[in-house]
Amino acid sequence: MMSLLTDNTMLAALLALVGLGTLFGGLLGYAAEKFKVGSDPIVQQLDELLPQTQCGQCGFPGCRPYAQSIADGDAINKCPPGGQSTINAIANLLDISAPSLDEEHGEEEIRTIAYIREDECIGCTKCIQACPVDAILGAAKLMHTVIADECTGCDLCVEPCPVDCIDMLPIVENIHQWQWSAPEHSADLIATTASGMHEDAA
Amino acid sequence: MRQIWNTPGGVHPPDNKEQSLTKNIGHLPLPEKLILPLTQHAGTAAKTCVVVGEKVLKGQKLASASAGISAAVHAPSSGWITAIEERSVAHPSGMSAACIEITCDGEDRWIERVSYPNYQQASAMQLRDLIADAGIAGLGGAGFPSAIKLDSGTKKPIDTLIINATECEPYITADDILICERADQIIQGIDIVSHLLGKPKTILIGIENNKPEAIAALNQHCQGTGIEVVYFPTKYPSGGEKQLIYILTGKEVPSGQLPADLGMVCLNSGTAFAIKRAVIDGEPLISRITTLAGEACGVNRNYEILIGTPVSHLLQHNNFDQALCSRLIMGGPMMGFSLASSEVPLIKTSTCILAPSHTEIPDDEPPQPCIRCGLCSEACPASLLPQQLYWYSRAKDHERLQSHNLFDCIECGACSYVCPSNIPLVQYYRSSKGDITNALATKATAAISRERFEFRQVRLEKADIARESKREARRLNTEQAKKMSPSTTQSTGSSAADIIKAAQLRGITKQASPEQQKAKLQRTLLAAQMRLEEAQQRLVQVTNKGSAHQQAQQLASVEAARRKVEQTTQRLTEVSH
Ligand code: SF4
Ligand code: SF4
Ligand code: SF4
Ligand code: SF4
Repeated sequence: MMSLLTDNTMLAALLALVGLGTLFGGLLGYAAEKFKVGSDPIVQQLDELLPQTQCGQCGFPGCRPYAQSIADGDAINKCPPGGQSTINAIANLLDISAPSLDEEHGEEEIRTIAYIREDECIGCTKCIQACPVDAILGAAKLMHTVIADECTGCDLCVEPCPVDCIDMLPIVENIHQWQWSAPEHSADLIATTASGMHEDAA
Repeated sequence: MRQIWNTPGGVHPPDNKEQSLTKNIGHLPLPEKLILPLTQHAGTAAKTCVVVGEKVLKGQKLASASAGISAAVHAPSSGWITAIEERSVAHPSGMSAACIEITCDGEDRWIERVSYPNYQQASAMQLRDLIADAGIAGLGGAGFPSAIKLDSGTKKPIDTLIINATECEPYITADDILICERADQIIQGIDIVSHLLGKPKTILIGIENNKPEAIAALNQHCQGTGIEVVYFPTKYPSGGEKQLIYILTGKEVPSGQLPADLGMVCLNSGTAFAIKRAVIDGEPLISRITTLAGEACGVNRNYEILIGTPVSHLLQHNNFDQALCSRLIMGGPMMGFSLASSEVPLIKTSTCILAPSHTEIPDDEPPQPCIRCGLCSEACPASLLPQQLYWYSRAKDHERLQSHNLFDCIECGACSYVCPSNIPLVQYYRSSKGDITNALATKATAAISRERFEFRQVRLEKADIARESKREARRLNTEQAKKMSPSTTQSTGSSAADIIKAAQLRGITKQASPEQQKAKLQRTLLAAQMRLEEAQQRLVQVTNKGSAHQQAQQLASVEAARRKVEQTTQRLTEVSH
């Protein structure tokens, strides 16, 4: 056998290549099975970027369905709570240019949180059914309340309330949440001409 | 003499330290009221353990440390608790925070003090608890609770203890004068810490060579103690923790790590003094040395102030001239911040009050475009690229800011100091740091919302399936019943048709007619208008008397009510068309 191979180099080369081919083919096949990507990764990534307010303003019942729809070619500017920064991030991910927010779906507003005026609540449980993130606690004919930390400010519980006892109030910033803001007067980014006063393409 | 390493960058602003060094440490008369914020340290607010109206003695605990990173607060003098509410505090935001107000009774009567002069016999845990109980937080300016810093010493082996007496900021001389007058007590404090940490091999005191008297005092008291006094050339900012460690040991604390990871603990000299007071004299942290400097004050000197003393009280006793003063700064000219009001109290981290004249520290000049001179990178002690960071900050490019190590910036202000274009670079970095922290926090909450949303989705699906299977079971049942008694088929058929008809009828009635909708909206509008009126009335009440926080809340609810009225009016017009 050995002598046959050493004598016949052509055959040896052929065998070696076929052997290598089978080996790596097998390896690749195994890897494809082993490291299979379960769900569509792009939908996952898009969903990561959406604000998860779950408000439905985009016309879909939640952020994940909208992410799916974007993956299927829908416009990326339908999410008002996310605003321009989310649109920019999605545009960046998909490597397309960023449009501005589609006003048809609403405007970018400051974030609010729902508060139930508890003495007026009649315990009808309608708001519980509306809340997409189960942020309302209560039981039939008993007072309800919103878990402020879990509320996304989606506004969906306001409409169903028969006695209008839910207020959407802006989040009041306290001293621990306060952050420095950027300086107001900013000069041009860098001086590019002799006068130094022309805007550089930033 | 030990080898000294030279840090990159650095600047040499005028010292301006002589002014406040001509006199010894002074004392002020007792103020009428003391205001003690619950957050005077890095970390979470302390928890109040007194009530309004209670009589307290000097040194009594007013608030205990909460879980995590926190420090206790004690009464600096005896008197009554007259308020526990939001007051404006020394903070760059100028906002208010929870404070305890003591109206002093003038007796200044101490609570019973428990001292441990024989600390050598105490265990590390006992000493650590004593320090925690005394509410000691880093007195150099950062205010990190000392007990927590020393905890790392009991968890990791510490072979080097570094005492920071650098005090590199211009004007500030609080550590300098404390060393000159009370070096012996500082050395005692260092000995306590060394005992707590299990006698580290090396104990170093790092000090800049512009304090010859303090160096002499330290040398005299350190003889025979094994503590080494190391002085080095003056350069701003040598006093940063990482910078000082590098100067003294040549070791760099890697990004994202703590000195304890390298077996080191670094404490301010004023903190060592406070630790001595707490352990040997049984006195919690209720006073500190604060420098008062600036041309707008007739007298420039250091004071041993009671924590909680209003800045105005300090100024009043020093011929302060408001007209001369360009702004009030807490801290030094490089890293300090402007105070919105002089009514804020001095706290544990108040190293200095600076009241400069208009010529001394002029107002900021308008920024010009960056000329790419590169001076900022040369000045940066953290070897960052401030100019690059500035661009990325303007472009809000969070990814690149992080990959260029924005979070290693110690906000020393050296870059802004040298920038010929007067660009407020540090403010850009601070705001970007805030943006990034916020973005991370929003991401975390979004992840929680997503999880809750998906969980609910699954729950609803399950409920659907359960309902479906029940319906299926019912259908099978009726079919079986039908088979059993074929004679009744006719009647059930007609009744099924009836049921569908009734359901359709119900469906129609459920969809409210425009009139009904209009009526409901009108009711809503009426209710909303009433609520708006009520809220406005309440707003007037709280504007007259009530805290800023209450006002803000009331304002918000007026705003909400107003919006509701607007929305409903709009819907009403829509429906009527
Ligand atoms: S509009 Fe609302 S539901 Fe739609 S993606 Fe944005 S936050 Fe999610
Ligand atoms: S409480 Fe109301 S506003 Fe908040 S998430 Fe639930 S439905 Fe939305
Ligand atoms: S403020 Fe930050 S970037 Fe500027 S010199 Fe200091 S460490 Fe460097
Ligand atoms: S010092 Fe100022 S002008 Fe010079 S490179 Fe830095 S930011 Fe630009």
